[in-house]
Amino acid sequence: MSVAHDHDHGHDDAHGGHHHHEPTFMERYIIPTDHKYIAQQYLWTGMFMALFGGFYAYLFRMQMAFPDMWIPFFGRLSAMEYNAAITQHGSVMIFWVAMPVLIAAFGNFLIPLMIGADDMVFPRLNRLSYQLFLLSAIILIASWFVPNGAFGGAWTAYPPLSGDGNYSLTPMGSSMWLVAVAVEFAAFLVGGINFIVTAMNARAPGMRWNDVPMIVWMICIASLLFMASVGPLIAGAVMLFFDQNLGTNFFDPRRGGDPILWQHLFWFFGHPEVYVVLLPATGMVAEIVPVFARKKLFAYDSVLYTAIGTGVLSFFVWAHHQFVAGIDPRMANVFTITTVLISIPIAEMIFLYIATLYGGSIRFTTPMLWALGVVFSFLIGGVTGIYRGASGADMYFHDTYFVVAHFHFTFFPIAFIGTFAGFTYWFPKMFGRMMNDTLGKVHFWGTMISFHGIFLPLFATGLGGDHRRIYNYNHFADLATPDLQMLRIISTVSLLILIAFQFVFIYNTFKSLFWGPIAGTNPWKATTLEWTTPENPPSHGNWPPNAMPSVYRGAYEYSVPGRDEDYWPQNVPNKAG
Amino acid sequence: MAFKPLANLRSATGIATPKLAVWWLLVSEIVIFGGVLASYLMHRLAHPEFGMYAAHTNTIAGAVNTFVLLTSSLTAVLAHQAAETGDGKKAARYLVFTIIGALMFLTIKGFEWNYEISHGYTISANAFWAFYYTAAGIHAGHVIAGAIVMAFVAWDAAQGKELHRVELAGIYWHFVDLVWIFLFPLLYIAK
Repeated sequence: MSVAHDHDHGHDDAHGGHHHHEPTFMERYIIPTDHKYIAQQYLWTGMFMALFGGFYAYLFRMQMAFPDMWIPFFGRLSAMEYNAAITQHGSVMIFWVAMPVLIAAFGNFLIPLMIGADDMVFPRLNRLSYQLFLLSAIILIASWFVPNGAFGGAWTAYPPLSGDGNYSLTPMGSSMWLVAVAVEFAAFLVGGINFIVTAMNARAPGMRWNDVPMIVWMICIASLLFMASVGPLIAGAVMLFFDQNLGTNFFDPRRGGDPILWQHLFWFFGHPEVYVVLLPATGMVAEIVPVFARKKLFAYDSVLYTAIGTGVLSFFVWAHHQFVAGIDPRMANVFTITTVLISIPIAEMIFLYIATLYGGSIRFTTPMLWALGVVFSFLIGGVTGIYRGASGADMYFHDTYFVVAHFHFTFFPIAFIGTFAGFTYWFPKMFGRMMNDTLGKVHFWGTMISFHGIFLPLFATGLGGDHRRIYNYNHFADLATPDLQMLRIISTVSLLILIAFQFVFIYNTFKSLFWGPIAGTNPWKATTLEWTTPENPPSHGNWPPNAMPSVYRGAYEYSVPGRDEDYWPQNVPNKAG
Repeated sequence: MAFKPLANLRSATGIATPKLAVWWLLVSEIVIFGGVLASYLMHRLAHPEFGMYAAHTNTIAGAVNTFVLLTSSLTAVLAHQAAETGDGKKAARYLVFTIIGALMFLTIKGFEWNYEISHGYTISANAFWAFYYTAAGIHAGHVIAGAIVMAFVAWDAAQGKELHRVELAGIYWHFVDLVWIFLFPLLYIAK
């Protein structure tokens, strides 16, 4: 595990100058320090957790469409179990799927490769980050099987419901959920520091700030947002844990606490968190669109500034989640303005991606379709957010299915469509084989159409007044809306179709992993450094120690006039040109 | 086997990688303590009766502890100075003084808490005491972590190894000190 540049220690190496000793199974898969294997650990763990998140969604959607019926693979869903299902679905999908896959897996895999480094700056810290994350996942899964069941107070964990076992009825489940979330935060803090320092310090010679591929920027900005926003919630988690277990009264109004304080602490993190997962997904779009449009990313600097602008503004919008919580209307006005403002940089970013397409020679490969899918679907999520950002309108929309549909139109394009874009695009580099394009397109269209089939009807039921936290509308004569039942059934059936199409993806992934056609080192003819490794997938150290890449130009030099090839890799010296 | 990737040895910013990482660690810590303190201040402004409860804290003990921590920061600086000149043994000696300062701080705190708890001012007594123990408790956790880290760094430094870490431990220790400078007036003095 030695690297040649560390000359002092290189000679002590038992392998005597072998810089690329083959890692053992243990070193590779169980306790790797190689960023590529840690990326895979995060990737597979996150995708595995998505199965749980999906199963919970299946449970409560079945309950909504066919109330109190026997659900295949589960049985009847009790009200407690329903609450636990929505809570765990939300927590799993955001903290154990979107975060590990979008930031940790792709960040780990891409940052060192794209900046021309042999690894993260702190490989063992990187390993620790994954191990903490795995521990958090184990704690979470264990919390589903403790007496009284899993925590059911929604992923936002509002007190007083979450703060007292007598209210939540899940004293053990709530505390374990809280500990799992806190450990997960620690994992991403450690990982995030590593990402930022790596990107700041370990760039290849010649790589200026505006030569850095956009996704590296995006993941670093996302890590910064996470780092700067999660602190209060870590503090809040400690306080809530004490409320649950030591009898303190930070958040319980019955004993002089302030439940709104938790909402501030939670959403001060919770809203930037949206952008923490959004930015890496848009970064993937920024990588994929130029490659398959054979055109330079339009206005690199502006894309970067819109990302930074979004990041800064995201710290000033959190109270738009609390318009009905009794906050001062003057404060609500301020947060309405900031919320509507934040749509400007994001809209500009989307325009820049569309401008990149304009006049390009577009190839609709599977990754390209997914990348365009992110832009298309996220746009719907973003536009419906503006209605909700206006405090007057939000009073009526609050806690209806309109909200559910809105934030799924933001999170699903980010966490799934974005992930599929990145996964299908970098699969040849991760595993050295090509995925099947036809199966990929079947998966794409099946997923996209059924996804819209799930959530477009929910905009309608939400506008019709469906409250999102009701287990069975038939139990509440005032809330029952039988005329909307057909829309709920369409939504649930679409979910079943969406789940069915994921088997196409799973089949394609495993088939391509073992039997896919061998990919060259640069199958997409892309310019960024990860495609310049001599081996595919890259071996330990990524490049031979004596042939680390240097950078001569920006990351998106496609179709440069006067050159034979329509792409100009970052590492090719000018004179060889 | 020492394992350092090439990436670790690069420095595109001109700041050494480990130092850069410690600064980012502090950024994340600042936000954590910021969350605790902001929550406390919001409660404090809404509840004037906090001043009455705060009157039961032992200002003398808090002041002594402030002095102890500040002194331990001074020895951390002297350790850094010794490490700069390459004198690992001297740096380790100063770090041991800093660790002793940390232990003194924790001991005094232990006596304080023991006294307060035995007089009924427990963490669940009311919101002030909940903040008092939570904020100081999180801080004490950092003191313990810092002492452990410095013990490892001192062990290496005594053998002349990894001297650059003396400064890193010092940066962290100054931060722990600084947090206390905020906690002391907020929890003890403002009555």
